Amino acid sequence: MAKILILFAHPALEKSRVHAQLLTAIRGMQGITLHDLYEVYPDMNIDVRHEQSLLLQHDIILFQHPLYWYSAPAIIKQWMDLVLEHGWAYGRTGTALRGKTAGNVISAGSQETAYHKEGWHRHTASEFMLPFRQTAALCNMQYIEPYVIYGTHKLNYSGISEAAIAYKQMLEQLRDGQLKIQ
Amino acid sequence: MEHSYFFIAMIYLAAAVIFIPIARKLGLGSVLGYLLAGVVIGPSLMGFIGQEGQDIMHFAEFGVVMMLFLIGIELEPALLWNMRAPILGLGGLQVLITTALITGLALLIGQPLNASLALGMTLSLSSTAIVLQSLKEKGQLGSSAGQSAFSVLLFQDIAVIPMLAIFPLLAGADTGNSAPHEHTLRDNLPAWAQTLVVLGAVTVIIVAGIYLVRPLLRVIAKARVRELFTAFALLLVVSISVLMSLVGLSPALGAFLGGVVLANSEYRHELESDIEPFKGLLLGLFFMAVGASIDFKLVLSMPWVILGLVVALMAIKAITLLILGKTFRISIEQNLLFAMALSQVGEFAFVLLSFTQQNNILPTNTVSIMTAVVALSMAFTPLLLLLHERLIQPRFNKKESANTREADEIHGKHPVIIAGFGRFGNIVGRFLRVNGIQATILDLDSDRVDALHNLGVKVYYGDASRQDLLAAAGAADAKVIIIAMDTVEQTLEVVKIVRKHFPHLQMLVKAENIPDTYELMDLGVLHIYRETLDTSLRMGADALQMLGVRAYHAQRSVNTFRKQDEKALKGLSAIRNDKKLYINTVKERIEELEKLMSSDRVSRWNPSTQGWDEQSMIDEANQD
Repeated sequence: MAKILILFAHPALEKSRVHAQLLTAIRGMQGITLHDLYEVYPDMNIDVRHEQSLLLQHDIILFQHPLYWYSAPAIIKQWMDLVLEHGWAYGRTGTALRGKTAGNVISAGSQETAYHKEGWHRHTASEFMLPFRQTAALCNMQYIEPYVIYGTHKLNYSGISEAAIAYKQMLEQLRDGQLKIQ
Repeated sequence: MEHSYFFIAMIYLAAAVIFIPIARKLGLGSVLGYLLAGVVIGPSLMGFIGQEGQDIMHFAEFGVVMMLFLIGIELEPALLWNMRAPILGLGGLQVLITTALITGLALLIGQPLNASLALGMTLSLSSTAIVLQSLKEKGQLGSSAGQSAFSVLLFQDIAVIPMLAIFPLLAGADTGNSAPHEHTLRDNLPAWAQTLVVLGAVTVIIVAGIYLVRPLLRVIAKARVRELFTAFALLLVVSISVLMSLVGLSPALGAFLGGVVLANSEYRHELESDIEPFKGLLLGLFFMAVGASIDFKLVLSMPWVILGLVVALMAIKAITLLILGKTFRISIEQNLLFAMALSQVGEFAFVLLSFTQQNNILPTNTVSIMTAVVALSMAFTPLLLLLHERLIQPRFNKKESANTREADEIHGKHPVIIAGFGRFGNIVGRFLRVNGIQATILDLDSDRVDALHNLGVKVYYGDASRQDLLAAAGAADAKVIIIAMDTVEQTLEVVKIVRKHFPHLQMLVKAENIPDTYELMDLGVLHIYRETLDTSLRMGADALQMLGVRAYHAQRSVNTFRKQDEKALKGLSAIRNDKKLYINTVKERIEELEKLMSSDRVSRWNPSTQGWDEQSMIDEANQD
């Protein structure tokens, strides 16, 4: 059974429709550590050593966040800037994360059709995650395709509930090794 | 004049309500206010209360009893033990030397030996009620003068036990005891047995306190009826008083002992808060009764004798205290306060004087003169303290560095100067230090400087409002000065000097409250730090989090609030002299802030967080 670390970031979760429900659905799951970055570091003052030890204790690292300007909220970038140190996560001696798996769980306002070459955003969600993909590669990690909840602007309460259940099932499969990772 | 009890109560309460605010407004302190109120309503002036003033005094002495109970309860036996050196040394010597001096003087005037001794002992005591209340009001109880004063007062309170035990031995052989007075258990006992009774009563209090009262307190507390606890607390003090009066001892001392016995009890704070309000009122009543009891007819019939006695007595006591203070190495400034504070004769003297009268140690005439002298010396004390505060202390602060303690020589120059190293400057200094920034630290409190020296912190003694000293501290080459003096007056002084002589220095200034902030703004200070603002907001943020608010939101909320508050203050500073406009604007600002904060909290977004809002996007998406 793999251990999953969810690095969660939402600057205003108290107003969130989608992520609040996602979190409720997965809270307390065995083998899953939920790490709420804005709650732990409201002053952006990230405890690098603590974050690194958390990473070492897990096999799969997932960034869960709403998609802001085709990327993640600011604290995720701050986290990456500080925690993924040269010589620890990458570089000649940086092997701490070797062999682990990384990925993004994102919510997007537009429908899936908008994330296409011919669509409104002219790129797929996976393409937008390029910095994450390459960061994982640099750290000798395996990057899995982003798990995207599309069309959140049009989702109603029950739609979000369904998405939350699906998310939970995906995590279970990922944890238990039933999900095929390319 | 015959008055009903309610009428008398009304007069007393009204006098307190009228005089205390006036006295405080004039900066006289409440003790003086009460005394004046007593004089005014007393028989000498308006005559609202007449002879019953004496009865009330008996009743009001109960306030002193409660005060001593409260003092006792704040003093754990261990703490008492720690203070044994100043209590025994300073207090013991004060009582011994003053007694000897006054006894000698009385002998010189031609009083018999036993009367002289009684006078010496009686007049060596000082007024716990007046001194502690006055020092507490001025916030000087914690100073070295305050601590020393407390030690001496405590010893005096203890010394009353042997005195009361000795007094019967001083009584002449012709103890007719004809004067009608409260009968006590030991009236008809031989002198040695009376002494035994006194010691026995003290033992009873200690033993009962430990083995009877504590278990009882537990039972009462379990009943969970608040009034019951208050009633029991009062019962406790009253019972002690009754017991002590029964054996003719000072109830105040008994109460003090009772307090000490209960100091370690878990109900200590409960007892304290229950008794405190009664103490305050009764103590006020006591001061008024003292004021009312000054017999101006007697004083006017022999003004020079009585005034001369008062002045001579207070001078003897003050000089003795000054010499003792010097021996015990109290700094000169503190020593003066110490000596002036304790120079009066205390309330126990009233008890002892009537005692001497009952035992025919002193003639009635002498007793009434001495009673007036004691009351006057008590009334003079708050005036003396006022004099010290207004005239002596300020002159002293300036002189001290020149005369008694030279400002330290300053070695090495640093980019930062810290003026004032109290609890505020201290933290700034430590923070800079761990960041590798050395600062030149100046402080005016010589005791604190010495204490810090012992801790290995390099602090220079000196007044930062002196231009030459700032220059010596390297102000010409420094970049920043942090001004965190103990009082606003000092702070403003330093700011003015820096502006005038070292305009290149960037000032970071501590303010205690909003009026201080305005004054600093008027002087053009840009960086003002209100002492408790950040801590309070941090506490507020933690409270929000405990109530379930997200940490990041709480953090942003703090930032918004502080920014708005500071902005509002700048605007308000300009119009603060127009009271009406000021109040209206303050109201507006509060409303504005609430609107802003709630918009962030509930539905609409604060402009600064608009980026995270998806409502408008949702609305647009659903229009399609």
